[in-house]
Amino acid sequence: MHIPDGFLSTATVATTYVISAGGIGNAVRLANKNLGEKHIPMMGILAAFIFAAQMLNFPVVGGTSGHFLGAALVAILLGPWAAVLIMAVVLTGQSFIFQDGGILALGANIFNMGIVGGFSAYYIYKGLSVVLGDSNRSKLISCFAASWASVLLASTACAIELAVSGTSPLSVVLPAMAGVHAIIGVGEGLITVAVVSLVMATRSDLLKLQRI
Amino acid sequence: MNYKKWWLLALGFCLIVATISPLASSSPDGLEKVAEDKGFIEVAQGSPFEIIADYVFPGIENEAFATIFAGWIGVLLMFGIAYGIAWLVQSRKKKAAA
Repeated sequence: MHIPDGFLSTATVATTYVISAGGIGNAVRLANKNLGEKHIPMMGILAAFIFAAQMLNFPVVGGTSGHFLGAALVAILLGPWAAVLIMAVVLTGQSFIFQDGGILALGANIFNMGIVGGFSAYYIYKGLSVVLGDSNRSKLISCFAASWASVLLASTACAIELAVSGTSPLSVVLPAMAGVHAIIGVGEGLITVAVVSLVMATRSDLLKLQRI
Repeated sequence: MNYKKWWLLALGFCLIVATISPLASSSPDGLEKVAEDKGFIEVAQGSPFEIIADYVFPGIENEAFATIFAGWIGVLLMFGIAYGIAWLVQSRKKKAAA
């Protein structure tokens, strides 16, 4: 879902850069307040895992592929602001070093995949946990649903930016983006559930780190 | 399991994931496919410079290995940068509290 340069208007580029820069600033401020020793390697591992997993495109219907986003995984384990921070690290690296995602579009990519992806996953997960309870099984169901929804909402934000930029009308691009990402989101849900289960099985205490 | 061992194993796991990246589907991703189908893919602009463009390390003949090598570099770089930022932010807090 990395937007290349050329898809967004100057106004969209500027707006999303301002919002994402503000988001990163606030994420750093909150991290400074709430980060503990244990968070440090975890932040590194999550950035490394998201980078690696994003390289593994999986096939979905009709000659299309999808890949893991990871914002939901970070938001569930470390909180939404940590997701903004880590997605910003990964997306900036991908844009500048691997030429994946435009440099001008970086603000929009951080907004869609970091801010929209991270916050939607966090609050959906939190809401569902209240409804479904605190057992490991219901936690994993909440993980799946929150991850699926985060991809769908990130793709919706992307479609709105494309429409506002005059690249494609909303009535065309929104159903197309939401449709394919509703399927890709299933992959996101499965990967998030697998990783959270792995953490649960090996070091369940890491599921209780202070959320940022 | 002690924490250091745990995260070193986790980092090794990330390197393994990067190692199987040549098996990834090469079909366009969701956004690219929509851009092709709805006719706006041609307005995409390339980057003004290339370092490890498209996850293929330049100068390595074997494309699978060039991809794996790019993946390893990316994994270690992302780990280092995120760890470094977290460490910096956390150690500054300690200083302020002291």
